[in-house]
Amino acid sequence: MQATTLDVTAIRKDFPILQRKVNGYPLVYLDNAATSQTPRQVIDVIVDYYSRYNANIHRGVHALSQEATDAYEQAREKIRSHFNAAHSHEIIFTSGTTEAINLVANGFSSLLAEGDEILVSAMEHHSNIVPWQMLCERNGAKLRVIPMNQQGELEMDTYREMLSGKTKLVFCNHISNALGTINPVEEIIRLAHDSGAAVLIDGAQAAPHLKADMQQLDVDFYTVSAHKLCGPTGVGMLYGKEEWLRKLPPYKGGGEMIAEVTFEKTTYADLPHKFEAGTPNIAGGIAFGAALDYLNAIGMEAIARYEQELLAYATQKLQEIEGLRIYGTAADKTSVISFNIDGIHPYDIGTLLDKMGIAVRTGHHCAQPIMDFYQIPGTVRASFCFYNSIEEIDRLVEGVKKAKDMLL
Amino acid sequence: MSIQEIQEEIVDEFSMFDDWMQRYEYMIELGKSLPLIDEAYKTDDNLIKGCQSKVWVHAELDGDKLVFTADSDAIITKGIIAILIRAFSHQKPKDIIEADTAYIDEIGLKEHLSPTRANGLVSMIKQLKLYAVAYQTQLN
Repeated sequence: MQATTLDVTAIRKDFPILQRKVNGYPLVYLDNAATSQTPRQVIDVIVDYYSRYNANIHRGVHALSQEATDAYEQAREKIRSHFNAAHSHEIIFTSGTTEAINLVANGFSSLLAEGDEILVSAMEHHSNIVPWQMLCERNGAKLRVIPMNQQGELEMDTYREMLSGKTKLVFCNHISNALGTINPVEEIIRLAHDSGAAVLIDGAQAAPHLKADMQQLDVDFYTVSAHKLCGPTGVGMLYGKEEWLRKLPPYKGGGEMIAEVTFEKTTYADLPHKFEAGTPNIAGGIAFGAALDYLNAIGMEAIARYEQELLAYATQKLQEIEGLRIYGTAADKTSVISFNIDGIHPYDIGTLLDKMGIAVRTGHHCAQPIMDFYQIPGTVRASFCFYNSIEEIDRLVEGVKKAKDMLL
Repeated sequence: MSIQEIQEEIVDEFSMFDDWMQRYEYMIELGKSLPLIDEAYKTDDNLIKGCQSKVWVHAELDGDKLVFTADSDAIITKGIIAILIRAFSHQKPKDIIEADTAYIDEIGLKEHLSPTRANGLVSMIKQLKLYAVAYQTQLN
């Protein structure tokens, strides 16, 4: 099969890391759902920042500080535009999705009372379970789980029945990191709003594959990590509707987030600074914007189309291997394949693939409840990005076959 | 044979292979010959933490020597624990405590020695030595 929709050979040249060898083989990087690789264009932005205008933002009178502030705020505007938020002050820079979720969970702790309910999907990443469990422990609210079926799709009928006046918050990932399922978030949000609940959608896995429109979704909170969309690690965003961000108390105290401080009382700064205490990851924020530029230059639709080709090809080829079972077979899914082979531990396959220069993830993917659901210790997960090639999928399939022969 | 001698023997065996695949195939073979732990001892207490796969180890005294049995749900992990146990089993606790485990590096399994490696080889060595410390105290 020949993929046709993207010039992958040219794209691959943008990624210096894809030129390296691992264990003597050319690297095949298929752990993109954990961290995607960084193109030269984004790396250059980071180097340029530290080479030319590294300075603290928002408070200096000097030229460097002003340039850094401008670049940082331009990045915020790029992010706003990409996700079509109504206002740039609805974009809060965080260290990533985990911090963004914790920020909201922390804020809600003062808004929830005993007996209130929070609904969470059965296919959440641990970072979307633990903060809410901690929150419920603090104020007596109840955490309820929206179940999923064998294909790894949410049971929407049950969800409808679970919603009630007690439901204050619903949270769900846009795309499951372990299974690749694309959840029907528009419907999830609409139904939640009908019963008066707010919704947080974790977009960490979705943002690299599709462009989510904040206003069209009418979502209350949406979270993204830059390192999953060709940006650097340690930076991400929380989108929050203005009315919600005004309602939530600050998450961290410190510089930048204050308007006036005396020992008697502090007044908080306006949005978005109220949630951005301390010196942020300035280079990271600017590079986050550059990563979106990079993706948009290729085109999110072209990316999605090509990744679907990779997914279809890999699914077909892997399924030809006897004893191989794919977990997560939702009709609507992104380029992630979680699988096991009968009688073989995922760790063994991952170890041998690594010896062949093929990087996959093994284990529970920070989603232990999903593994418990399927009663397995974990899976091997191959996740594809637009810079992966058909040849690399052939290497994966050959590698899995070889590993299977060695292990059985 | 002393721990040192057994370890040298293992290094010799592995030196016959010139590529990683043969080494891993041999390790998988060794995993299949691992002295298996009695099912009754496959308890959470005997589970080694820090491994992506499950590893259970049990130790008991035979005279003044320690005998190890183990199991894992992953075959490569079984091979690694088999290599460790072959050197440490039927040895005096004191010798196990003092044993150097640099031979792991020499047999080309260096990547498994990283403390952050999910297979927990370092945790396994630590656990075997902890058993030795515990039984040494008992012998004293």
